[in-house]
Amino acid sequence: MVDLSIKIKDLHFKNPVMTASGTFGYGTEFEDFMNISDLGGIIVKGTTLHHREGNPYPRMAETASGMLNAVGLQNKGVDYFIEHIYPQIRHYQTNVIVNVSGSQVEDYVQVAEKLNDLEDIPAIELNISCPNVKEGGMAFGTSCASAQTVISEVRKAYKKTMIVKLSPNVTDIVSIAKTAEDNGADAISLINTLLGMAIDAEKRKPILSTVTGGLSGPAVKPVALRMVWQVSKAVKVPIIGLGGIMNAQDAIEFFLAGATGIQVGTANFIDPAISSKIVIGIEDYLKRHHFNSIYDIIGKLEM
Amino acid sequence: MLKRTSDFKVIRTKSLNEENFVLDLLCPDKECNFNPGQFVNVSVEHSKTSFLRRPISVHDFRKSENILSLFVQIVGDGTRQLSLLSEGDKVSLIYPLGNQFSYSESKKPLLIGGGCGVAPLLFLARKMSETGVKPDILIGARSLKNILLLEEYSTFGKVFTITEDGTHGEKGMVTQHSLFENLKKYDKIFVCGPNAMMKAIAKVAQLENINCEVSLENTMACGIGACLCCVEDTVKGHVCVCTEGPIFNIKDLKW
Repeated sequence: MVDLSIKIKDLHFKNPVMTASGTFGYGTEFEDFMNISDLGGIIVKGTTLHHREGNPYPRMAETASGMLNAVGLQNKGVDYFIEHIYPQIRHYQTNVIVNVSGSQVEDYVQVAEKLNDLEDIPAIELNISCPNVKEGGMAFGTSCASAQTVISEVRKAYKKTMIVKLSPNVTDIVSIAKTAEDNGADAISLINTLLGMAIDAEKRKPILSTVTGGLSGPAVKPVALRMVWQVSKAVKVPIIGLGGIMNAQDAIEFFLAGATGIQVGTANFIDPAISSKIVIGIEDYLKRHHFNSIYDIIGKLEM
Repeated sequence: MLKRTSDFKVIRTKSLNEENFVLDLLCPDKECNFNPGQFVNVSVEHSKTSFLRRPISVHDFRKSENILSLFVQIVGDGTRQLSLLSEGDKVSLIYPLGNQFSYSESKKPLLIGGGCGVAPLLFLARKMSETGVKPDILIGARSLKNILLLEEYSTFGKVFTITEDGTHGEKGMVTQHSLFENLKKYDKIFVCGPNAMMKAIAKVAQLENINCEVSLENTMACGIGACLCCVEDTVKGHVCVCTEGPIFNIKDLKW
């Protein structure tokens, strides 16, 4: 019997596979295709204090081995989430984690405070890395000083497990990761999307309404692996790796690089059941290599 | 029915001209069902540039034979790869997706298709004819070579055509067709085609106060309401075309 379970702070995950925020809706959209409770966790759509309409259409451009998005945190706000969505998803037999986004520190704190009271939300993922919101988001995650403020303030307000999601759009990911750890992050997820751009040559116009957007998919996997590897050498808290994971083999690479958990993102758009298949694939890998536990491969890259 | 992902077996690929073809697929089981206006998200293999699935509307569905037909325009490498499929090949579909045309109350419908926008109207016309309603069908295209499958459409309704260069039917843009001189005789208009054409028709329908539904094809990734990429700005705010649409009544759009 292979033990796939992991722990982040005191939180138990039946397996290390989660779904990335913004790629899995609230889980309900995927119920026709898979059993949500097969997963270790789901990170639901980025939630802000107030309702957000998001950016204008067009918001997506396909790229070689990936896609750019510029959704801009469209969501109905935390109160709507608590009243209308939470009751629909709290029964999932998995860790339902809410991605918390905002444009000012006070907003993050208020959202975190409200979520702290929800019995069946055992953790939040603090998103200081959204590249698609003009007035904030990524701006918090690209300097140590601003990251420190938002992380430490939310830490005071939120008592349960706090994951901090980092932006790859920085010169030194390690220093930001250390800042997150020093200010109370229980885990670090990386990476969010890479800032990119797409142009329609025939029309001589940008494809996205916002001109730039966030790149995801297999195109970013090497960058994500490198950052997980660098950060895992520098911090003690667990790392949740994501960026272009399309199958179990990709996931295994992240564990070897030092990730304790992984998130499946863009792949959900191509195969809505892929996350549950990745759980099975990881188990098969461990059996095939005669490992008893997922911890037998975490950070075990042979140099 | 629930949404599913399954492999469909290719029965045939029928080329219509250099850029359009019809893909006939055998449904994997008898449970398959589709409604007019719905779409499927088709997996593309062997393409170096296409990463995502391709959303394609249901062109026809013959329940008795369990055959799903997709009318595809070759736009890029993804759709080109689909055109190379041959009998016996398997293709993965997520289905059935989206809402449907609301046609049950319409006794005197007009169906308007522009270019490859005619695609979903065949199945709609078939379903209408099953309830004893014979729609008028107006097909607009750039030129004669873009007027396709007239015989199929004629099976279910009376077909009118208009081409920009006058090589088939009347000459001009769709809204210049003589049917527009007496639009009031229709109780509902169902439109699929380029946005500019649909907007022009919507404007006339609004003026004449005729119920009108359009089929949108905003760029999307997942097709199931998760990625929030395909949003349309409506009276209810940004909604996903893949789940709230692709069929919209024009009174709900900000056109």
